[in-house]
Amino acid sequence: MTFKMKTLVAAAALALAGAAQAQISGNVVKIGVLNDQSGLYADLGGQGSVIAAKMAVEDFKAKEKGLNVEVIFADHQNKPDVGTQIASRWYDTEGVDAIVDVPTSSVALAVNEVARQKNKVFIDSGAATSDLTGSKCSPNTVHWTYDTWMLANGTGKAIVKTGGDTWFFITADYAFGAALERDTTAVIVKNGGKVVGGVKVPLGTQDFSSFLLQAQASKAKIIGLANAGGDTINSIKQASEFGIVKGGQNLAGLLVFLTDVHGIGLDKAQGLILTETFYWDMNDQTRAWTKRFIAQSGGKYPTMVHAGVYAGVLHYLKAVAALKSDEPGIKVVEEMKKLPTDDPLFGKGTIRADGRKIHNAYLFEVKKPSESKGPYDYYKLRATIPADEAFRPLKDDGCSLVK
Amino acid sequence: MNTQALFGQLLIGLINGSFYALLSLGLAVIFGLLNIINFAHGALYMLGAFVAYFLLEKVGLGYWWALVIAPIAVGAVGVVIERLMLSRLYKLDHLYGLLLTFGLALILEGAFSHEFGSAGMPYSIPDSLQGVQNLGFMYLPNYRAWVIVASLVVCFSTWFLIERTKLGVYLRAATENPSLVQSFGVNVPRMITLTYGLGVGLAALAGVFAAPIYQVSPQMGSSLIIVVFAVVVIGGMGSIMGSILTGFGLGIIEGLTKYIYPEASSTVIFVIMAIVLMIRPQGLFGQR
Repeated sequence: MTFKMKTLVAAAALALAGAAQAQISGNVVKIGVLNDQSGLYADLGGQGSVIAAKMAVEDFKAKEKGLNVEVIFADHQNKPDVGTQIASRWYDTEGVDAIVDVPTSSVALAVNEVARQKNKVFIDSGAATSDLTGSKCSPNTVHWTYDTWMLANGTGKAIVKTGGDTWFFITADYAFGAALERDTTAVIVKNGGKVVGGVKVPLGTQDFSSFLLQAQASKAKIIGLANAGGDTINSIKQASEFGIVKGGQNLAGLLVFLTDVHGIGLDKAQGLILTETFYWDMNDQTRAWTKRFIAQSGGKYPTMVHAGVYAGVLHYLKAVAALKSDEPGIKVVEEMKKLPTDDPLFGKGTIRADGRKIHNAYLFEVKKPSESKGPYDYYKLRATIPADEAFRPLKDDGCSLVK
Repeated sequence: MNTQALFGQLLIGLINGSFYALLSLGLAVIFGLLNIINFAHGALYMLGAFVAYFLLEKVGLGYWWALVIAPIAVGAVGVVIERLMLSRLYKLDHLYGLLLTFGLALILEGAFSHEFGSAGMPYSIPDSLQGVQNLGFMYLPNYRAWVIVASLVVCFSTWFLIERTKLGVYLRAATENPSLVQSFGVNVPRMITLTYGLGVGLAALAGVFAAPIYQVSPQMGSSLIIVVFAVVVIGGMGSIMGSILTGFGLGIIEGLTKYIYPEASSTVIFVIMAIVLMIRPQGLFGQR
C-alpha cells in the first residue's frame, strides 16, 4: 500500500469511528413527557405538555435536519415510586433520552436521581422546588420554568412591601410545600415581616375550612397558600365562603396557574397577586403560539408549565443537533448550558452552571370580571422582575456543581 | 387548645360529616338491599354536581332546581345501569358487582376528565345562601349551615322510610327472601331497581350540595369515595343508622385531627377503620 493509500484508509477509518461516536442512540431522539395526566395537576401539565413537546419538535424542523424525534408520555400520578419506576423503565429499556416536565416536586427529585444514575437528560418544567438547582442539583438536570425561590421573591416580596408583614401558612405537606414555605419565610423575614403560624395539609385535601379557621384565629394579615393546583382552587374558594378577605385578612396564592384562575372564576380570584414566567397574552409571538396550542388542546389555554416544556424541548434539540449525538446525558446538558437559549415564549436567556434556566419573571394581578375582554383574559402586568434578579443567586445555591 | 377553636372545628367536622353520611347512607342502602358494593357511587356523586353545573350553564336553572332535577336525572341513570348491567350479576359473587361498578366509575371519571380537565368548573353559592353568621366562636357560612340541616333531614327521612314504613318493610323482607315476597304479589325486581335509583339519587344530591363548596371536577368523587367506604365499613355494611351516625361521627373526629395534628387528617379515618376491623369485624353497628 502506498503512503497516500494508507492515509486515505486511516482518514476513512477515523471518519467512521467519528461517525460511530457521534450518533443518535437507537437512531431516534426519544423524549418522554412524565407528569400528572389525571389528577389535581393534570390541567397545568397533563396532555398540554405533550402538545407543547410535539410543537417544539415540529418547530425545530427535526425531520428536515435529519433528526428522528419521538415524543411519548406517561402518568406519574404524583407518586414518587410510580415516577421512579417509569423513569427507570424509559431510560433502561425503552430508549428514552430525555424526560421532560415532571411536576410534583417529590417526583421530580426522584427522577432527578434516576437521570443522574443513568446519565440521561432531565428537563423539568412543572416542579417548583428550588432544591433541584440547589442542594440536590445534578449535571444531568435543567430546571426551566420557575421555582419556589422565584415565587417567594416575586409574590412574597411584593406583598410584604405593601404592608402584608404577618403571615400564616397553609402548606401542602410534601417537598414542594416545604420548599415554598422555607423560601417565602426567608423573604418575609428579610423584608421585615414575620410568620406567626402555619399548618401542613395532606396533598389533595378537599376541605380547607378547618385550616382557614386556624388561619383566621391567628390574626395574621396574610394567609400564604403554599400549595398548588386543585388545593389552591379549593382553599381560595372556601376562603371566600368563610369571608376571610371581608374580615380584613388577605390571601397570597404563592403558586397560582392560569388554569387555577379559570377554575376559581374571576369573581373570587380577582385581585390575587401572582408570579409567573409566561402568560399567553404577552406579545405577538406568545399569542401566535397560543393560537396553535389551543387548536390542539380543545380550547384550553397554555400555562407557564406548557410553555416551559416547549422551550425546554426546543433547546434540548438544538443541543443534540449541535453535538450530533443524544448521549451521554451529561454532555448534552453541558451543551445546553453552553448554547444561549432563544425561543418565542421566553425570549433570549441562559442556563446557569447549576442547571437553572434564567429569564424574566412577571408579577401579575388577576383582573376584575368587568376588565376581562375575552376567554382567558385574566391577568394584568404589575411589574417585570428582570432575569438577573428573578432567581436565586448562584452563590446562595449550595449546589455542588458551582465552584 | 382553646375552646373557641374547638367548637369551630367540631362544627366544621359536622359539615364534612354530613357529606360522609349522605354518601355512606346511599352505599348502605344499596348494599343492604341489593348486596352490591357500589363503587360507582363517587362517580355518580360527581355526576350530580355536573348536572347542577350543566343546568346552570346550559339551561339557566339555578341551585334550587338542581337540588330536585339532579337526583332524579342521576337516579334515572342508576335505574338504567341496574336494569342493563347489575341485574345480571345478582346470582354471582359480590366481587363481580364491585368490579363492574368500579369499571363504570373509571369510565365516567375518565370521560369527564377528558372533556373538562381536572381544574374543575366554578359553581357559585345561590344568592339566598350567601353570607356568614358570626357565632362568636367562629364565622359560619350560611351555605354550610344549610348543608348540615338539609342532610340531617334527608338522612333521617331515608332511615324512616326504610325502617319505619310499610314500603321499607317490603324492601327489607325482599332482601331476606325475595321469592316469598314475590309470592305475595310484590314486584321485587322493580323494587330493587328503584332502590338502586334512590341510592344513587342520594349520591347526586350530595353532589349538588358539594358543588358550591368544592370544585365541580371529575376527581371530586374519587377523592371522597375511599373515605366513604371506610365510613361504611366502620359503621357496619348495610346498617342504615350505623352509616349515618358513623358519617357524622367520623367527620367530627377528622375535624379534630385537622386541629390537633393536621398531617394525619387524611389517614385518621383509616386508622380507625383498621382498629374497628380488628376489634369488631362486623362494624360498630353491624349485626352479623
